[in-house]
Amino acid sequence: MTTTTDADTGTDTRRAPGMLRRERIGHLLQHHGALMVLAVTVVVGAVAFDSFATPQNAANIVVSSSFLAIIAIGMTFVIISGGIDLSVGSSFVLAGVLAAYGSRYGLLVALLLPLTVCGAIGLVQGLIVARTGMAPFIVTLAGLLGMRGLMLAVSDEGANTYLVRNDAFSALGQASFLGLTVPVWITLGLALLGGVLLQRTGFGQNVYAIGGSEEAAVLMGVPVTRVKVLVYLISGLLAGLAGALNAARLSSGVTILGAGMELDVIAAVVIGGTLLTGGSGGLTGTMAGVLLLGVIQSLINQIGVLTSSFQQVVSGAFLALVVVTQRILHRAQRLS
Amino acid sequence: MATAVLEARGISKGFPGVLALDDVSFRLDAGQVHALVGENGAGKSTLIKVLTGVYRPDRGTLLLRDEPVTFDNPLAAQRAGISTIYQEVNLVPQMSLAHNLLLGREPRSRLGVTDTTQLYAEAERVMTRYGIRTDVRRPLRSLGMGTQQMVALARAVSIEARLVVMDEPTSALEPREVDTLFGVIADLRSEGISVIYVSHRLDELYRICDRVTVLRDGRVAHDGPLDELARVELVALMLGRDPAEIRRDGATKFTGEHTTTVGEPLVQARSVSCRPVLRDVSVQVRPGEVVGLGGLLGAGRSETAKAIAGALPVDAGTVTVAGQQVRRGSPAAAIRAGVSLVPEDRKAEGIVPTLSVRDNIALAALPQLSRSGVVSDARIDRIVDSFMRRLRIKAASPHQKVSELSGGNQQKVLLARSLATGAKVLLLDEPTRGIDVGAKAEVQALIDELAAEGLGVLLISSDLEELVEGADRVVVLRDGAVAGELSGDQVTEEAIMATIAATGETDG
Ligand SMILES: Nc1ncnc2c1ncn2[C@@H]1O[C@H](COP(=O)(O)OP(=O)(O)O)[C@@H](O)[C@H]1O
Ligand SMILES: [Mg+2]
Repeated sequence: MTTTTDADTGTDTRRAPGMLRRERIGHLLQHHGALMVLAVTVVVGAVAFDSFATPQNAANIVVSSSFLAIIAIGMTFVIISGGIDLSVGSSFVLAGVLAAYGSRYGLLVALLLPLTVCGAIGLVQGLIVARTGMAPFIVTLAGLLGMRGLMLAVSDEGANTYLVRNDAFSALGQASFLGLTVPVWITLGLALLGGVLLQRTGFGQNVYAIGGSEEAAVLMGVPVTRVKVLVYLISGLLAGLAGALNAARLSSGVTILGAGMELDVIAAVVIGGTLLTGGSGGLTGTMAGVLLLGVIQSLINQIGVLTSSFQQVVSGAFLALVVVTQRILHRAQRLS
Repeated sequence: MATAVLEARGISKGFPGVLALDDVSFRLDAGQVHALVGENGAGKSTLIKVLTGVYRPDRGTLLLRDEPVTFDNPLAAQRAGISTIYQEVNLVPQMSLAHNLLLGREPRSRLGVTDTTQLYAEAERVMTRYGIRTDVRRPLRSLGMGTQQMVALARAVSIEARLVVMDEPTSALEPREVDTLFGVIADLRSEGISVIYVSHRLDELYRICDRVTVLRDGRVAHDGPLDELARVELVALMLGRDPAEIRRDGATKFTGEHTTTVGEPLVQARSVSCRPVLRDVSVQVRPGEVVGLGGLLGAGRSETAKAIAGALPVDAGTVTVAGQQVRRGSPAAAIRAGVSLVPEDRKAEGIVPTLSVRDNIALAALPQLSRSGVVSDARIDRIVDSFMRRLRIKAASPHQKVSELSGGNQQKVLLARSLATGAKVLLLDEPTRGIDVGAKAEVQALIDELAAEGLGVLLISSDLEELVEGADRVVVLRDGAVAGELSGDQVTEEAIMATIAATGETDG
């Protein structure tokens, strides 16, 4: 066992080992493309509009993005594992209603009620996906519809709006610390925690392995069922938390905001470089993707003449661009 | 007798429509390298998957060191000290080499999270032992097949196993990597670790294995020490022959004789190489000739046919048809030149089951049939009709779906399709595998007729009888190279087996 093989070709070229240049560029684009686009967009926005690069506007963007970001953290886990969670938008709304309703019984109930319900639904979805092998798309679509129904039942078809009657709970959504609201700090903490979980633990690597090749993961001894269940549980819990925090911020359980939010979340994750096919991606990208959507929204507001629905056109264009780029990168990597 | 490391008793395992394992018993002793051989579909991979917890057997028991066990999943088998390199998938292509190697055993720092510095260092250390020097952070899929296989090997061995199972580990390896692998196996044996080794390469088997079990059609055809078994006997067993019994003549429909025209070769492959599966293979077929390609599984027979048909990216060598060189690696150019491949796996590579007989035949021929892009239906009908009659295709009508036909008739549809493209040379890969006896005879008779009409045929078959009676000449391949060529009276089952079994580098 003394001879050395060059791994690229199997021939005996004594080239210095390391990543190929093309490979490195592809890697960079996939994982940090959103961050680069974000930086460019911010610079362009700052040059074009005086009122864009103000601390106030930056804080606005960050605060309004934080709820999307919390859900996107969970979604990143799900998508990397090769799944999808369409139920998060409904979870978010339901959690808001439940939190507002629970707030009359105190802070603890206001938090635990939505977390328990959304966590339980995530858990059940995970169990169904992992145990029966049903398509996550279908299972979580059922979850979406079911939770929407539940929310309508709890709120009397939306006629009944629960107001938050608990100052401690409201503070969770509204109080500021160092110029940023509590949800922003929670988002930062969760993103860090999620990053460590994903990159630096066996659990995280198992998530990547399952998304990369579930068959190989099984043969490598990964506890596939448990990991999948956990991933949907995390997603449900985070959607519930985001919904609760949003209710605290608005001091009420609003029943119309947040419907269809799952699509924005998925868009942010994909723009962040996580592949819908699973096995690849990360949270830095997702955070950049979320912020990019927020910045686009803000810029369009600055332009003023354009209605905010134009934001969706631009976001959609970005999404298309990202998917096409990924396709090209993927093909280039195949060829190399 | 010493206790067996692992023993299987009376194992049966069925899939819809097939009994993949039928009352198989198997015993593995400590420190032994145990060969598991048999034809394609004999049940080797299935047995391995039963032994390692991927499948549950329908019947039978497993004993681990004389204690009955059941493995619910591969993880359970791994915990019991059985580690496996499967034939198809083993690792996650998108993940880095290091993470693949150490998944589930990542080194932790004091905080309880993965210590990536140590992870990469450890992976580098392990891979250097296996002769691989590369950036271990690279995604696995960007590395060569041989390297990926070595990572799978390193992972399997590093799990502190008492038993390492290897299902055809050398099929993607270079000779030098094979040497590394054998070094690892020798180390394992000296540590008292057992190995189950699946391969079709005789040299490898005799180099490292102590004992051999031969499977045939899901049953154990032979079991015993390898050094008591002559190479020819092993070849006979692997090809489904009883080594003691001598064959009877005349069971196939071949006439045995063709009026071989002495003429320019119709197709000629010169020194074709595609490492590591083909080395310097030369074959020629003259008009009216049936040339057989013999050899064990993985000897490079299908690859030779694919190389001639332009369907395999070759490293070196040329293919000429009627004296004209064909552009390399272009199936379209090969078809235009008159070369047509009828692949081994009809379902996956050949036929479109949901289309009708007519459409399947017309599919490939359309470019030839169309004048300025327009094809008249009447013309297609005429051609399809003539082929259906000529090849005696039994279908209710030309519009019947191909999936509703028997295997033999499906094969004839494929032949018709080749002929409709104006093929002068047919490359037939196992044309009679998996079809019933009657249809087999018809296909064989058809091959004869086509050759008599002046076509050149390259016939790949694992059925020795078919090869001997059908071919005018037989080129025998071994480990991707030509091991010998037999013609005239030399073409006998014994001679083919002897050529396959011969040691060392023979050339002709
Ligand atoms: N997952 C499966 N589903 C259905 N049939 C299978 C499956 N795996 C193997 N078989 C069938 O079982 C038989 C034995 O296959 P296998 O064990 O792969 O053979 P070998 O490895 O010896 O080539 C074949 O007829 C094959 O088609
Ligand atoms: Mg097999």
